[in-house]
Amino acid sequence: MKEVISTTKGTVVSKTVDMKKDGYRFVTMSCVELDADTVDILYHFDRDLHLKHLRLTIQKKEAVPSVSLVYFAAFLVENEIQDQFGIRFDGLVLDYERTLYLEKEAPDAPYCRISVSRDVKSGED
Amino acid sequence: MARTIIPFGPQHQVFPEPIHLKLVLEDEIVKEVVPALGYVHRGLEMLADVRDFHQMIQICERVCGICSTIHAQCYCQGIEELMGIEIPDRARFLRVIWAEIHRVQSHLLWLGLFADAFGFESLFMQCWKIREKIMDINEATGGNRVNPSINIIGGVKRDMNPDMAQWVLTQLDLVEKEVNHLEKVLLNDYTVKKRTVGKGVLTREKAMELGAVGPTLRGSGVEQDIRQIGYAAYGELAHRPVVGIDGDAYSRNRVRFLETLQAIALVREAVSKLPAGDISVKVKGKPEGEVVTRVEQPRGELMYYIKGNGGKNLDRLRIRTPTFANIPPLLSMLPGIELADVPVIVLSIDPCISCTER
Amino acid sequence: MFDMTPNILRNFFHKSSTRLYPKETRQAFGNARGELYNEIEACIFCRTCARKCPSQCITVDTKEATWQCDPFVCVYCGVCVENCPKKCLHQKNDYRKPVTDKEIIFMKGETKKKKCEGDPQET
Repeated sequence: MKEVISTTKGTVVSKTVDMKKDGYRFVTMSCVELDADTVDILYHFDRDLHLKHLRLTIQKKEAVPSVSLVYFAAFLVENEIQDQFGIRFDGLVLDYERTLYLEKEAPDAPYCRISVSRDVKSGED
Repeated sequence: MARTIIPFGPQHQVFPEPIHLKLVLEDEIVKEVVPALGYVHRGLEMLADVRDFHQMIQICERVCGICSTIHAQCYCQGIEELMGIEIPDRARFLRVIWAEIHRVQSHLLWLGLFADAFGFESLFMQCWKIREKIMDINEATGGNRVNPSINIIGGVKRDMNPDMAQWVLTQLDLVEKEVNHLEKVLLNDYTVKKRTVGKGVLTREKAMELGAVGPTLRGSGVEQDIRQIGYAAYGELAHRPVVGIDGDAYSRNRVRFLETLQAIALVREAVSKLPAGDISVKVKGKPEGEVVTRVEQPRGELMYYIKGNGGKNLDRLRIRTPTFANIPPLLSMLPGIELADVPVIVLSIDPCISCTER
Repeated sequence: MFDMTPNILRNFFHKSSTRLYPKETRQAFGNARGELYNEIEACIFCRTCARKCPSQCITVDTKEATWQCDPFVCVYCGVCVENCPKKCLHQKNDYRKPVTDKEIIFMKGETKKKKCEGDPQET
């Protein structure tokens, strides 16, 4: 990963708009859990087979502004992150309310290590 | 007429895998589509937490049954980049050979399913009959029919001796001959044209904007193929993406048909240029750092994001499969067409749902 | 209009593409990875196979000298065969025959008298 640009919650949407103006294709987003409270959200873009990434580090409890109004294709992956990591996205064009993959009774964030182990413990008690 | 909502799927005759589409209709015309996923979600990415990074190869292969070798290849490529391993030349060419054999297999499977989607049963049978030869090649060279499991970190597991390579080429000659017999049917037949020409049009601009990949993107006239980066040995082989113009279901059909023949040609070229030498290098250490790696699957661009922490388990493994990227374009193709054409259009993106949900 | 007809006619005069399966079987390919078996006499119960297996279908008990494999979990990838230090694991070229009940392959060997020097460490 060579070209990674750091962003903040305030600038992520405007930077995505810049990407779109420059003719980048939206590849996908990846969510990576860093520790108990923070996650990294990576936005991957491609132009003429050349990748560029945006990195947004946020608290798990914070809501992230959605980029699905800029790139419609982002709605699917943002819903996926909502399901897997329990992070909320503001302004999604199509919000599945965390039911894209999961049932209603599913745990809050199945892809977060810390929350899973906590659930297991409380189950044993 | 009032609006009607028709649930399309998850179990539908034309779908090989379960996906649910909520179709909002006015008369017979589709006005709006809302997809619902989650019928085959397996959480394979999370297995990286409990299996070590060597064992993940077999798990990555099982993300998708149709393009298994290519998944494993992408994963190994990523780990090799993280660990700074240079794989031997022979291994690079062997990876191309197996990947292209897989592409032929996948495209033939799709051509059959596509024919089945508009009720051309004999064409479906014919395509799958030809595909059986490719499965035999997989078993004879790799060991298993569907998941040959030949990629390892640092190269490939099995070698291909000259006799075996010659046998593969003879088998591929037979396949090519039979595929050529189908050219007239797949590209000219009245039934095929009637059901596909002008259906589900995706314009060049829309395809780029919605992030379409693979034959769906190339069918709309964009000359983009991850193989152009030249990963594995593609940089040393003559390869030019097949491009359609119209962006309709017929154009995607044509792209896939021509890619089948191109893949056979690529195998031939790779076998003729196959260098001598080792097939793998010894691997020491553990992956650390993060990497994004991409390969071209039969369905399009496959992206792996791998983050290692220097331990034997990976921190995060993220798989973005081509169908995942092709669902938003599909949603833009459907409005405005008749209900009876929905199966053909959905099939025309080559949906692989268990890939999508992992 | 009749583009498929030549293909259909060709199939008509060609020998059948399918086999009458149980009666007629294709000979297995020499490289195929089929049924897994263990030469239990040579096995030292070092647990390398159990550790390396991606589907974790093998259970080994070193003290009791038992080797178990669940053939319905096994994915026939051949990783255990490659990593076996004694080369006592093998794969046949043929697949397992279908059965009506689930079963587990259970094998009991003899505990080796002298302690095998150093279990192969994980790399």
